[in-house]
Amino acid sequence: MNQINLTTAVRKPQTSLSIIDIQGDVTGLAENTLMDAFSQASNGSTRTILLNFTGLDYMNSSGIGLLVTLLIRTQRQKQKLLACGLSEHYEEIFKLTRLNEAIGIYADEAGALAAIS
Amino acid sequence: MSTTESNPQGNTNGWAKPIDKLKVSESPKEAINLNVEGRQLSGLTHGFGQLWQKTYKVRLSGVKISPQEVISAWKANFPKFWPEGNDLYVPLTGIQPGEVGLINLSAPGGLKLSTGIMVIYADDISFSFMTPEGHMFAGMITFSAYEEDNGTFAQIQALIRANDPIYELSFRMGFGHKSEDAFWAATLKNLAQHLGVNNPQPTQANSLVDPRMQWREWRNIWHNAGIRSGLYMPVALVKKVFNITI
Repeated sequence: MNQINLTTAVRKPQTSLSIIDIQGDVTGLAENTLMDAFSQASNGSTRTILLNFTGLDYMNSSGIGLLVTLLIRTQRQKQKLLACGLSEHYEEIFKLTRLNEAIGIYADEAGALAAIS
Repeated sequence: MSTTESNPQGNTNGWAKPIDKLKVSESPKEAINLNVEGRQLSGLTHGFGQLWQKTYKVRLSGVKISPQEVISAWKANFPKFWPEGNDLYVPLTGIQPGEVGLINLSAPGGLKLSTGIMVIYADDISFSFMTPEGHMFAGMITFSAYEEDNGTFAQIQALIRANDPIYELSFRMGFGHKSEDAFWAATLKNLAQHLGVNNPQPTQANSLVDPRMQWREWRNIWHNAGIRSGLYMPVALVKKVFNITI
């Protein structure tokens, strides 16, 4: 049996912004960890959620499916979902799956924060 | 989600490269090559209808087999496990990231519905397809195998929206769901029997991820593969009668 290899940390640098730092593998196994982080990040007055993928080691197609689920949840709560810190490889995967057309992608956290403000 | 996927051998290269338009590299004479060449992939966020997550799985009871062996056999024989009358034509290289396959499906009235898939991801315990514009649904379908409760399971998980209002209507009326569910249950049964399982019992779980429709995508109807395949039928008949191969 394989183990979950994902840790998340939620930061709230602004009242309306939450950042989820992702460390490890985003696969189907990560569902509970990711959804718990999302619940923590999306409460209160959060309008934007930024997924920080700087610590991402690996993501498979089930992981992409989880991101779609997150995207739907943010849309239903009238929130915006952004991503930063993706390697060139995973940016390509966002393009392949056309997730880049629904999730704003920024090179790094500073770039995303600048765009939000 | 029931799965034991993880990073296989630290592999990050199981993904296909992004593409602008689909290109069919080869197709046998008997395949109808329609509605694929030049189409874009239907992104996970581009379909019209409700977003469903459908999980079909079967326990491979009575056989000692690893997830890797299941996926190896599945990849090697993928089209053979489909219900009779439905064909998938994949290149000789098989189920590899970036490969485009042609699908000819049996539809009511003797119609052959022609569409396709692209393999977007493959590793040794899973592989995933995305669909082109005009396919019945927009989304991604993942085939995987995993160990749980001292047994091995084969699983199909679809994250799909009906691609346009006509397909959505068929899903709402039950036809779309019924045929989709029967199709994948039969596929799992055929796979399990191929692997030596007696009387396999596939199960299914559906989850409505997004009940809303995406009205901005109604124009997807322009690419509807069912309509286009229907319009092509007289042409196909003429080609068959006069043995035209172009």
